[in-house]
Amino acid sequence: MTSLASPARHDARDAPARREAISALVRPGEVHRDVYVSPEVFALEMKHLFANTWVYVGHDSQCPRPGDYITTTIGTQPVIMVRHSDGAIHVLYNRCPHKGTKIAIDAAGNTGKFFRCPYHAWSFRTDGCLLAIPLKKGYEGSGLEESAAGKGMTPVGAVEVHRGFVFARLAPEGMGFAEFFGESLSSLDNMVDRSPEGRLEVAGPPLRYMHRCNWKMLVENQTDTCHPMVAHESSAGTAVRIWEQMEKPEGMERPMAMEVIAPFTSPYEFYEKMGIRLWPNGHGHTGVHHSIHSDYSAIPGYFDQMVAAHGEDRARAILGESRHNTVYFPNTMIKGPIQTLRLFKPIAADRTLVESWIFRLVGAPDKLLQRTAMYNRLINAPTSMVGHDDLEMYERAQEGLMSDGNEWVNVQRLYSPGEPEEVTAPEVENGTTERQMRNQFAAWKKFMLMSM
Amino acid sequence: MTQTAYPTRADLEDFLYDEARMLDEGRFQEWLDLFTPDAIYWMPLEWGQTDPDLVTSLLHEDMFMLRLRVERLTGARTFSQKPKSRSHHVLQRPFVDEMDHAGGRFVTVTPMHYVETRLDEQFLLAVTATHTLVLQEGALRIARKRVDIVNCDAAFGNIQLLP
Repeated sequence: MTSLASPARHDARDAPARREAISALVRPGEVHRDVYVSPEVFALEMKHLFANTWVYVGHDSQCPRPGDYITTTIGTQPVIMVRHSDGAIHVLYNRCPHKGTKIAIDAAGNTGKFFRCPYHAWSFRTDGCLLAIPLKKGYEGSGLEESAAGKGMTPVGAVEVHRGFVFARLAPEGMGFAEFFGESLSSLDNMVDRSPEGRLEVAGPPLRYMHRCNWKMLVENQTDTCHPMVAHESSAGTAVRIWEQMEKPEGMERPMAMEVIAPFTSPYEFYEKMGIRLWPNGHGHTGVHHSIHSDYSAIPGYFDQMVAAHGEDRARAILGESRHNTVYFPNTMIKGPIQTLRLFKPIAADRTLVESWIFRLVGAPDKLLQRTAMYNRLINAPTSMVGHDDLEMYERAQEGLMSDGNEWVNVQRLYSPGEPEEVTAPEVENGTTERQMRNQFAAWKKFMLMSM
Repeated sequence: MTQTAYPTRADLEDFLYDEARMLDEGRFQEWLDLFTPDAIYWMPLEWGQTDPDLVTSLLHEDMFMLRLRVERLTGARTFSQKPKSRSHHVLQRPFVDEMDHAGGRFVTVTPMHYVETRLDEQFLLAVTATHTLVLQEGALRIARKRVDIVNCDAAFGNIQLLP
């Protein structure tokens, strides 16, 4: 794309042309391949889209005590999420204001009362403020207080903790948390409400799965209900066949692994009827009426705990939801019924790190977490028979898109001419629609252009 | 001097080398027959992981899942295996940590380099395989196989075959 100026330059004259070029990539029912393959578009996404949106950072159970921290990325920006001495969660850019050295490089740890840069021992409070510099008299009269370095570690634009889930917006100004998510938080709430104590805890390390494809392919796949019966026939279909052929004692229960894997081979009709709900700003979920998680066996004792905690009607309402995949635009997906969160971390136009996290429902039987851990390894691992075929499709697409035979990717299923580009209020549609993908691209355009 | 009981150290070594050869030659059905019916193949995600149930693993599979894995490899619509992957094991001499003839239980620890390739790509994993072997009807069988990848916490692409 020659009309896009380098994002590294800040030439105001280029802005209108750049806006026009970005807008032209999204048409009703189709998007230009450059949204997946162009390094220039990727750089603009990191500068605009991932700055203007609220991005999942981590869970507060990862930092239970003051000084506890994790390191992660928002878009491609390295950040530290840390619990301050007053109990508040802060998200700071992971860079010493002095020379740029990363302050922390381990995935998680406790820094005590302050961070100390390992290069020149500048130290910072856990809210980022500069605490001390060795031989500080060397800066007397230098004007350090007025420089960028004198202000300490830079915090991100805004942080919000919703029931333990920490989100941040890099941009200091922009859309508020409540407006950005709106009613879509009902999926997150439902996941947390499934704990008899209303609390989740991260359980163990995440799976880390490297994908040589654009991050958006993964996000779109979360509500792509026309691929499981095709791409996953080899795993789910074979599982069903083996189970049917197996000699088994009368009345033998289906193993947990079969409960997890078999629904992937459900027919089109199942997915059509499950429904997709759309929310403004690119959020949406599959499984409005039922989902692949609907028919899991009850875990002994759990329902009684939920009734004791919430009352029977409320307990039934909470457990009656079986939302399949909820996409939190731009790059997060959760599964409420099995307490899983997947984060699609962009690394380059053709490289994405997928982290798959699981949570313990505090106060609930271990058997639920056991099923969740099983789901995670069977479906989301680099060793997963289901994941293998998904990644194969993404990587083939990333290569196929380089073909000049057709520069457009189609997202037209159940589109009718005149469909409003943006979703402005919650809607429920046929479960096989690609409207959620169109919703994501409308949001993509909006948050790309917001600061351009 | 009494006659040496089966298995000897050399028998254990031969068993492990034969197993690796079956995997590398794609003789997966034969490989499945090396396991006891209630065997588990475990590949932890966390270094030193002790809990296979409440913490995610890369693999924690019983014979049903291993059979599924093997049958999927030969399926007509197994797209990620078109074309097929190939593997290559280089085994170090196994340590024999337990040699319990009376109890019929033998534990070996085998450091190895595992190479997997498909199309133009190839990757190397440094792993340690811990086998718990038992005697069933006079033959050695795998009751439990644990594979620890030295960089188990790294981000991997597809690992499609088995170390």
